[in-house]
This record gives sequence, C-alpha cells and structure tokens, in this order.
Amino acid sequence: MNPDVLRDLHHRMVRIRRFEQAAGSLFENSEMPGFIHLYVGEEAVAAGVCAVLRVDDQVGSTHRGHGHLVAKGGDFRRMMAELMGKATGYNHGKGGSMHICDLDLNMLGANGIVGAGVPIAVGAAFANKYRGNDAVSVVFFGDGATNIGAFHEAANMAAALSLPAVFVCENNEYGEFTPRHKTMAIDDVVDRAAGYGMPGVAVDGMDVIAVYEAATQAVARARAGFGPSFIEAKTYRYYNHHGVQTLGVKYRDDAEVERWRERDPIVLLEERLLATGVLDRAGVDTVHDHVQQAVDDAIRFAKDSPFPEPDRLLEDVYTEVAR
Amino acid sequence: MTATETTDGVDVRELSYVAAFTETMRQIMQADPDVFVAGEDVGASGGVFGSFTGLQEEFGEMRSVDTPISEQAIVGLGIGAAVSGLRPVVDLMFMDFVLVAMDQIVNQAAKLKYMFGGNTSLPLTITTNAGAGLSAAAQHSQSLEALLCHVPGLKVVMPSNAHDVKGLLAASIRDDNPVVFVKHKRLLGQRSPCPEELFEIPLGVANVVRPGSDLTVVTYGRMVGESLKAAGQLGDDGLEVEVIDLRTLQPLDHETIIDSVKRTNQCVVVHEAVRFGGLGAEIASQIQEHAFDYLDAPVGRVGAPFSPVPFTPTLEKAYVPDAARIAEQIRSTAGMR
Repeated sequence: MNPDVLRDLHHRMVRIRRFEQAAGSLFENSEMPGFIHLYVGEEAVAAGVCAVLRVDDQVGSTHRGHGHLVAKGGDFRRMMAELMGKATGYNHGKGGSMHICDLDLNMLGANGIVGAGVPIAVGAAFANKYRGNDAVSVVFFGDGATNIGAFHEAANMAAALSLPAVFVCENNEYGEFTPRHKTMAIDDVVDRAAGYGMPGVAVDGMDVIAVYEAATQAVARARAGFGPSFIEAKTYRYYNHHGVQTLGVKYRDDAEVERWRERDPIVLLEERLLATGVLDRAGVDTVHDHVQQAVDDAIRFAKDSPFPEPDRLLEDVYTEVAR
Repeated sequence: MTATETTDGVDVRELSYVAAFTETMRQIMQADPDVFVAGEDVGASGGVFGSFTGLQEEFGEMRSVDTPISEQAIVGLGIGAAVSGLRPVVDLMFMDFVLVAMDQIVNQAAKLKYMFGGNTSLPLTITTNAGAGLSAAAQHSQSLEALLCHVPGLKVVMPSNAHDVKGLLAASIRDDNPVVFVKHKRLLGQRSPCPEELFEIPLGVANVVRPGSDLTVVTYGRMVGESLKAAGQLGDDGLEVEVIDLRTLQPLDHETIIDSVKRTNQCVVVHEAVRFGGLGAEIASQIQEHAFDYLDAPVGRVGAPFSPVPFTPTLEKAYVPDAARIAEQIRSTAGMR
C-alpha cells in the first residue's frame, strides 16, 4: 500500500484521538458546557472513509460527530472554540458539539437527532446528481440509527433514485446505553443493505486499511454513477455514550472494553507502519507531538476567545431578504 | 383561461387557484434551473390535486421527482439539496402528512441556519394542502398552521385566492428560508383574476381586502371568503366591517392588525383551525398588549370546535366555521342584537 496513504491515515486518526482526549479532559474539568459524545475508539472509520474523499464530497454526521469533521480536515481552533461556546467557533457558539459543521469542507453538520442526518445527506447526493457533477455524499450513522424510520426512508430513496451516496454504519455495539442484540434481531447490520437493493460489506472497523479499501470501492461506485452502497464498520466506543467514563458502567462489562482496546486502531496501524518501515518510532512520536501541539494551541485559542455578546441571540434565525 | 371585462375596460384574466399554482411553478422553473419539485405523485401524475400538471413533461424526471411515500426523506431531500445550493420545492400532499415529517421540518430545516451560526441559508419551500369540507375525515382535513407558526426559523403562508397564490408562491420559492406554503383544498377550483406575468407579494405583508370603520376581522385562507360574505351581510345592517387577509402567518403583519384595531376599536379573529391554541389566540393577545386602550370589547374568536374533523357531511358542516357563524360572532362582539 502507498506509504503516503498509510501516513495520511495515521495522521487523521491521531488528530481525532488527541482532539477527543483533550475535549474529554476539558469537559471533565467543567471547562466545556453541555454534554459531549466522544469518538475515541472509532477513529479508523472516519479516517479510513474521509481519506478517500475530496473537498467537494459531502459528509453527513451524527451526535458523535467531531471525528468526522476532524477527518474531513476540520480546523482545531474553530472546533475547540465551538465546543467551548465561543464566538470564534465554527458555529459562533450557537451549535456546540452536536451541531458542529464546516460547510466549506462540505461537512453538513453533526446532528442531535439519531438518524436525522441521513435524509439530509441523501439530499446532498441528489444535488450532486442534479448538477451532473461526480461528487459523492457519505453519511455516517450508528447501529442504533438503522432502527429509526428516517434512516430507512432515506436509504430506500437513495437506492430508488440511484443517488451517489455511501452509507457508513459505525456499529459500536451500543445504542446509547443498550446493547445492540437487544434492539435488533440480526447479527450483521449490513444485512439491511440487501433490503434496499444496495451492495453492502462488513469490515473490521478497527482496521483503518480495511475501512479505506471498502470506502475506495463504494465511493468509486457512487462517483461513476452506479448508485449507493453500504459499509458496516464493526468498531467500539471506548467511552460512555456521553462523557469520559470508560470502565464501571452498568450496561457493559469492563472485560469487553479491555478486549476491544487490545485491538486499538491506532496501535494496530502503528505496528504495521513500524514493521514495514513506513515510519520508525521517532517518526510516530513526531506525529503525536505535532498533533498535540496543534491541540494545545487550539485550547489556548478557545480559552482566550470571547463568548458571543447577548445581542447575537436573535441573529441568524432567518436569512434576511436581500433583493 | 378566460378573459373578463372589468369596469375600466381592461381585460383581466381569470385563473383557478390551482392553475395559478401550476403556472407559477412552471414560470419559476423556466426562469431558475436550480428550482425543482419532489414529492409523492408530483411527476408523472401531476400531483393528487393536479398542482404539478405538465411539469415532468416540460422539465424531465430530475426536476419533477416522483419519490417514495417517505415524508421524512422527502423533506430531508429538500434540506440537503438546499444546503448544497439548489432551491427545492417539496410537496407533502396533505397538511396532515406534515406531522410525519415533523423532525425534519422542526428540528432540522427550521434550525439549521441558527445552529450553524448563520453559515448557510435554506431556500426550501414545502407545499401542502389543508382544510376540511371534502369529507376527507380526521387525517386528511386538518389546518395545523399554528404548530408551524410556533417554530422560530419557519415561515408560513396561506393564500386565499389565485392572485395571491401566484405572488406568494413566487416570493416563497425565492425566499432564502424554509417556507411552508399551504393551499386550501376547497379553494383549488375557485377562479379569480390573476396576472399572467410572474410577480411577487412580499411575505409578511397583510392585505386589507375590505375597508371598514366599525370592526376589524383578521383572517386568512378560505375564511377570507366566508368573512367577506359575513361583512357584506353586516354592511346591510349598517356595520362597516374591515377584513384583513393576513396572507402570511409567520412572520405576522402585526402593524396592519394593530393599526386597523386602533381605528375600528373592535376585532374578531377568524380561522378554520381549532380555536383552542390557534393563531387567533396569539393575535388576540398581541392586540390586548398593543391596543388595549383602544378596545371597546374583548377580541372575539371564531375557529373550529375542539374535536377531530368528522367524516360525514352533516357533522363536518357543523364543524367548519362559515359566514353565518362569523356574522354571529361579529354581532356579539359589536353588541348587536
């Protein structure tokens, strides 16, 4: 595999991990309002998919959306400022963690309603087909979202209209605090793809290369005008549904968490990078150090930034008529 | 299409309410390649009420899209396309079906611009058909505009005649915000003068359809016609009733209402929707906040009773407000016996 691609995948994953860990610490120290759904453990999915995408390809996201924005090239400063509710944030403090977006990167926003980002991303795919361009709309969603009507409606519509969309299910085995086997009677979420007439594949979501290869095929298919496809990435959420607790939660065994962490996506890739000589230990450390410096810079920027003034409250409820 | 002679000798074309809708769609789609329509049956069949007749023949399947029966995905399609720079019209057939798509309308479309810190606009028009009177029963007859007017970020339009359908639809589609454009099913065949060329009626501006000095009726949609009938009857009894057609419910033309009430000192608000919690409650409240000292009587309200819309014609007739009920309320508010 192309060493530049491997280094890129590694860099994207480290960026997500370091950003999320820092955000989690700030949240734990009450330096961040609201609540926070962290992507730690699932980095290979966003990184593996977004490494395939162009800037003009759209990304639909979820309540656990920071990783998608980071992987699409999101700016740490504006992200951290948004999470802290600052005027300099991506959404000027009006969205926060659950609505963070960068429309210049065609990242169509995290979404606080499970499954609701799927129809919107399908609408973006429609716009691509309407314009006759070859951009692709990729939508991330959890295993839990495949149980809600909006997902079903949108998947069926994308297939019926043969839209350039890729459905990426981040199967982390839990819908909030309930294990997946209690909420669906199938072993593999990808089985649902057949019901829409879409090709589907299940991949090891802790193996970024497997995700990258599946995404390469699915995106190429959509780009060439052959319609949507479905990827189930089997992955795991290290932290609780929200917040930073990992162990000692009531609804899952600590041993299960430890088992998944033994297959950490970043460690797995680093072992491969070292074994194949793409990076040496110092090279790996340099990536982490550089990313951490950028995270620290973003935290300083966010802390130094002002909150929006109260007079901004009623701004942007509507687009004013300018004709 | 017929031409009728007016008093000043100028030919004025008449058009049905639904034909005005279709003609406006066609003209806007001819003028703006970013406008398309998507929804159940809007393409090949031309729509359940014929609202989109001929558009697929003229503009093709990409611009006149027959979708699955999937209201959430239909509205989502519109949102995603609008965020991507297109100017979609999505049709939800019956206003009752708006409820099926409420998450996409209320949690997504209405809030997207605000949640995103102003970094986008959402030029999306959602068209639908409301109203009772066709024995369509409780799930195909509702007037749910108050639900939508309660949501910051949405605009809500309910035209009363063909001319206004044309001007308001053009303004709605060209507006950069999500607009819910509500036709009334019983007005679809009603003919009235309507210019052929495309024009806009600004959203948020009411129309005084009958001037009067004694009492103000504030209304919209199909109740404009019923209110005019009632006003005509009362005129024979010497009460000069002013009738305001709101045209747009969100944003509400507060100024026109208050100015009128300050002149007439009495007001009745009329809508077909259920009275309890209806738009009339908001309007009556605004009047008492801003024109209390001008009022000679409490603001009267006419609306449907607190029940689902019944099926059978005798019950439905008892349900839907009409000119007689409006006249009765006007007499009561004005202290006439």
